[in-house]
Amino acid sequence: MRIKRETLLSVALVTPSIIAIAIFVYGFIGWTARVSLSKWKGLLPDYTWVGLDNFKGLFQDPRFHIDIRNTLIFTVIFVIGSLIIGLGLAILLDQNIKGEGFFRSLYLFPMAISFIVTGVVWRWLMNPAMGSRMSGLNLLFDTLGLDFLINKWYTTPTWGIAFIAIPAIWQMSGYTMALYLGGLRGIPVELREAAQVDGANEVQIYRFIILPLLRPITLSAMIILGHISLKVFDLIVAVAGKQLPLDVPAIYMWQVTFDGYFFGRGAAIGILLLLSVAVLIIPYLIYTLRTEAEV
Amino acid sequence: MRARTRSNKWLIYIPLTLAAFFYLIPMYVMLVTGFKGFEEVSLKTMWDLPKGIRFDNFVAAYEALAPYLWNSFNMVLPAAIISSILGSLNGYVLAKWKFKGSEIIFPAILFGMFIPYQSILIPLVEFMREINLYGGLPGLVLAHIIYGIPITTLTFRNYYATIPKELIEASRIDGCGILSSYWHILLPISAPAFVVVIIWQFTSAWNDFLFAVVLTSPSNWPVTVALNNMAGSQIIAWNVQMAGSFMAALPTLLVYIFLGRYFLRGLMAGALKG
Repeated sequence: MRIKRETLLSVALVTPSIIAIAIFVYGFIGWTARVSLSKWKGLLPDYTWVGLDNFKGLFQDPRFHIDIRNTLIFTVIFVIGSLIIGLGLAILLDQNIKGEGFFRSLYLFPMAISFIVTGVVWRWLMNPAMGSRMSGLNLLFDTLGLDFLINKWYTTPTWGIAFIAIPAIWQMSGYTMALYLGGLRGIPVELREAAQVDGANEVQIYRFIILPLLRPITLSAMIILGHISLKVFDLIVAVAGKQLPLDVPAIYMWQVTFDGYFFGRGAAIGILLLLSVAVLIIPYLIYTLRTEAEV
Repeated sequence: MRARTRSNKWLIYIPLTLAAFFYLIPMYVMLVTGFKGFEEVSLKTMWDLPKGIRFDNFVAAYEALAPYLWNSFNMVLPAAIISSILGSLNGYVLAKWKFKGSEIIFPAILFGMFIPYQSILIPLVEFMREINLYGGLPGLVLAHIIYGIPITTLTFRNYYATIPKELIEASRIDGCGILSSYWHILLPISAPAFVVVIIWQFTSAWNDFLFAVVLTSPSNWPVTVALNNMAGSQIIAWNVQMAGSFMAALPTLLVYIFLGRYFLRGLMAGALKG
């Protein structure tokens, strides 16, 4: 009898959160899906069924083509850049050096700052003005005689979005480093020693033993970074405002919904973003929880 | 072989120091600009050190941002505390009182921390309008509490999972029920997890822009929205923007400097989180 009462009580304790998540996550996703299939354009809700028209309209929209392209470029540069820098720093810090804690904290602190602050500062660092109005990093390069590095940053035609990945890497590579460092610390010392006894040099040890063992970390990091880049929004707004060459789905969604009142299309973008994130996350969640259960 | 690697070890500090410069550049620019006097400020000399310590920029930025900084504090503290308490209760039940279906509920809650918020934004705004919380801080607090539940639940569940079952069982033999076991056994040893979760929630709510920009009206803006607005306007000079950016970053930066170890632990516990 007591067991029964306790089970009820335990369910009761989590019920408020379950209801909240059921409404605010699953209910709202369903609601957005319904809006994405409706005609709603204007201040007043209009749930007239239009099927997949909003999605078709979106895929025919040149602006959305720019968004997809920009997201792909941004994702590739941001993810690869963060992985390489993160792994490199983690390996360097793993060499038993003095001051490891100091460097580790220093590389990680950008994580604590908002994308808006990062964006506002990098907006001035990546100031594209040339000639006598030159400033920011261009001015620094000019002073240091590194003229070949001077460029137009995010105003570069076609590839401007690639430069937005620089502040994003600045912010997230330390986090990637922390993930890798955690992975390196988890590798048993005996493995390295055994390889040394077998005559492997440092490079071979990394190439054949350590890097393969870090693969699961790389996978986690790719998924975390990848889903951040699909959602990227505030960083671009803070660096460059809302301008077409740097448009991404999240900015389009915001503008078309809250400035243009085309709720049907905004909802369609939201659903597409959700689907692309779900493709990454659901297998990852299942995999992580399953390996956790095995332990 | 050994000796050679050791004598070359200082070489490692070259890339480490170069990387340190990369991470410090924005802080350097924010600070040297912030401490310059107005007459000293010029884009031409933005990399130069200030001639003395002046607070013109910080004063101007504080005048522009003060109400928004307070909005942020008023929003972040309740959001962090309440979602931590909920997460602690959920974590307790999901780690120690598994019931039928709880192994499905846990991943179902976790999924909530990965969704792109664009997929719930329209209903969220409509819902807040419906219950009259649109435009003000309470609505924003509510959003942060609810969308914070997944990460806080995950952290607490993982923390409580490390606590031996025997502790709970012993307390039950002593006549403790589910609530008194929590109150007398788990809560007193939950401080480390609470610190991690509150820091995490404080940082993410403080740094949020998306919820704030769609849910609050201008007088209730948190500092991120106000700062972005300030940066987009032509009226406020870049040097004041730099000082304002620094002030907007300072609370989370201080948390990081003084409680960084816990922050790192929170990151690791939430390795799932982005």
